[in-house]
Amino acid sequence: MNNKVLLNLIDITVSFEGFLALNKLNLNLKKGELRAVIGPNGAGKTTFLDVITGKVKPTKGEVIFKGKSLVGRKEHKIARLGVGRKFQSPRIFENLTVKENLEISVTTPKSPLNLINKSIKDEQLNEIDRLMKIVNLSQKVDSKAGSLSHGQKQWLEIAMLVGQKPDLMLVDEPVAGLTDEETDLTADLLKSLSGENTVVVIDHDMEFIRRLDSNVSVLNQGTVLCEGTMETIQKDKKVIDVYLGRPED
Amino acid sequence: MSLSKIKFDKKIVLSFWIILIALIIAAPTLLPVFRLNLLGRYLSLSIVALGVDLIWGYTGLLSLGQGIFFALGGYCAAMYLQITSASEFPNNIPEFFALYGVEKLPFFWEPFRSPVFTFLAIWIIPALVAGLIGFLVFRNRIKGVYFSILTQASLLVFFNFFNGQQKLINGTNGLKTDVTQLFGQMVGSESMQRIFFWITAILVIAAWFFAKWVVKGRFGNILIGIRDDEPRVRFTGYNPVIFKTIIFSIAGGLAGISGALYTVQSGIVSPQFMTVPFSIEMVIWVAVGGRGTLLGAILGAVFINYAKSLVSEALPASWMFIQGGLFILVVTALPEGVLGWIQGDGPRNLLQRFGLKRKIETYPSLEVNNKEGNNE
Repeated sequence: MNNKVLLNLIDITVSFEGFLALNKLNLNLKKGELRAVIGPNGAGKTTFLDVITGKVKPTKGEVIFKGKSLVGRKEHKIARLGVGRKFQSPRIFENLTVKENLEISVTTPKSPLNLINKSIKDEQLNEIDRLMKIVNLSQKVDSKAGSLSHGQKQWLEIAMLVGQKPDLMLVDEPVAGLTDEETDLTADLLKSLSGENTVVVIDHDMEFIRRLDSNVSVLNQGTVLCEGTMETIQKDKKVIDVYLGRPED
Repeated sequence: MSLSKIKFDKKIVLSFWIILIALIIAAPTLLPVFRLNLLGRYLSLSIVALGVDLIWGYTGLLSLGQGIFFALGGYCAAMYLQITSASEFPNNIPEFFALYGVEKLPFFWEPFRSPVFTFLAIWIIPALVAGLIGFLVFRNRIKGVYFSILTQASLLVFFNFFNGQQKLINGTNGLKTDVTQLFGQMVGSESMQRIFFWITAILVIAAWFFAKWVVKGRFGNILIGIRDDEPRVRFTGYNPVIFKTIIFSIAGGLAGISGALYTVQSGIVSPQFMTVPFSIEMVIWVAVGGRGTLLGAILGAVFINYAKSLVSEALPASWMFIQGGLFILVVTALPEGVLGWIQGDGPRNLLQRFGLKRKIETYPSLEVNNKEGNNE
């Protein structure tokens, strides 16, 4: 069960008018795995997420998720299949309250008829309570999400992601702009989510990645340069050249 | 403390409704027929404004083509009135057909002999047309200013089509309703107009409650989500196309009802309902009243139109300047509209500026809680 492949990217190439954002990228994710993806600016990290979530259609290649091809599917269909995404800058609905934001994420089925006709289910309300406790937002239930601090917004978005109950969570720079303490808490939160969920974390912050204590994929110029634990990739000559700098840094 | 506040609010709401209903019942005796008729027309316009508020204020779709659906509703009502009052004319068809040598009623007029069909057509036909246009546009992910341009272009297409079809719907002359009969009475008569006023008043309230019901809860939250960050809604697993099509269709249906009520009270429907300035005016009513407030849309439509008729009577040439100035004022000084400004921090900030109210030193919620805590 644990060795089952959840996501398989095969020879993904994305070309923006000749510029190769991704170049024959191959990547496998096992179920329950926590994977960090790092790389210098322009390495294709965000495009990589765009391909999985259906925002960008690959020029060539195949994305297999739970045995199904994702290429050509609409974003909301991919989301319903179980791919959740957290964006780089927190993208929450600022004019809605914390609770309303979470309601949007936990509601199923996501059809207009269900939303207009029925009130939210009790189990979904319980789930919202649980999520708010996890991310320490219970005091802010009825505050407008726009009034939250930056760190709280990041956490609200993570809570929304978890509320969607995705099989695969794609988390783009979750600790950008967070304090050290918040960064540590976020790392613990993401670690606790893996196992049950499969989590992909994209980030620049090496301390944070180290704390995740997971396998790391290094992207460079649209392709996977190297894969392994933090120790392995820190010793890899190619990685040092393009990204990390000398170990003393 | 909070309990007394709730009671207070309830009292205000209750007295508001009592005054409102009393005014509606008394209006026909208080106002001269001419003014009553104007008020009835402006109230009917507030229904189309509610639709604009739903699609623009809540969902962020700035449609400049609501005149299409407004006119369609008006034409449906007018066709029924014309066909059922045509018995004394040659061939038993409306009088204008004779001018163009048409002897046989065009096929699409036939169903309008039925009052039930007409009653449904007034809102279903505009809703379906809106749904169809909306679906095609939204499916192709056309949004923002391109959506606005497209709706305006559609408006022009409809305008030119209706304007040119003399043999089908009397073209540029439009269809008159004031001299037609309804239930044995002249539509333009005083007693009928009084009834239309009451029907309009009731339908405005019904439309308001309907719109409130639509935006309440999770459905309304998704609309706001689409307005603020549509891709995020999509990545959460919702299909924005369906939500946008539904709300655009609802706004179209409301516009149709509004157009039908406006037609029977102004005595004619013509392609003039589909001119570009009129559809833009609908947006201005909502902008001035307050986007996303519903009540603001109603008040904006009624007050601006009433002001328009009063100003036009006193200074015939100046209304366009005043309307333009009003719009500029709202865009620059009150971006949330008048009602949005009142509901927000507007009045408090104004009082502070004149030194009539203590300045807030921390967050408003903390400040208010502390103050109330001290009082206890």
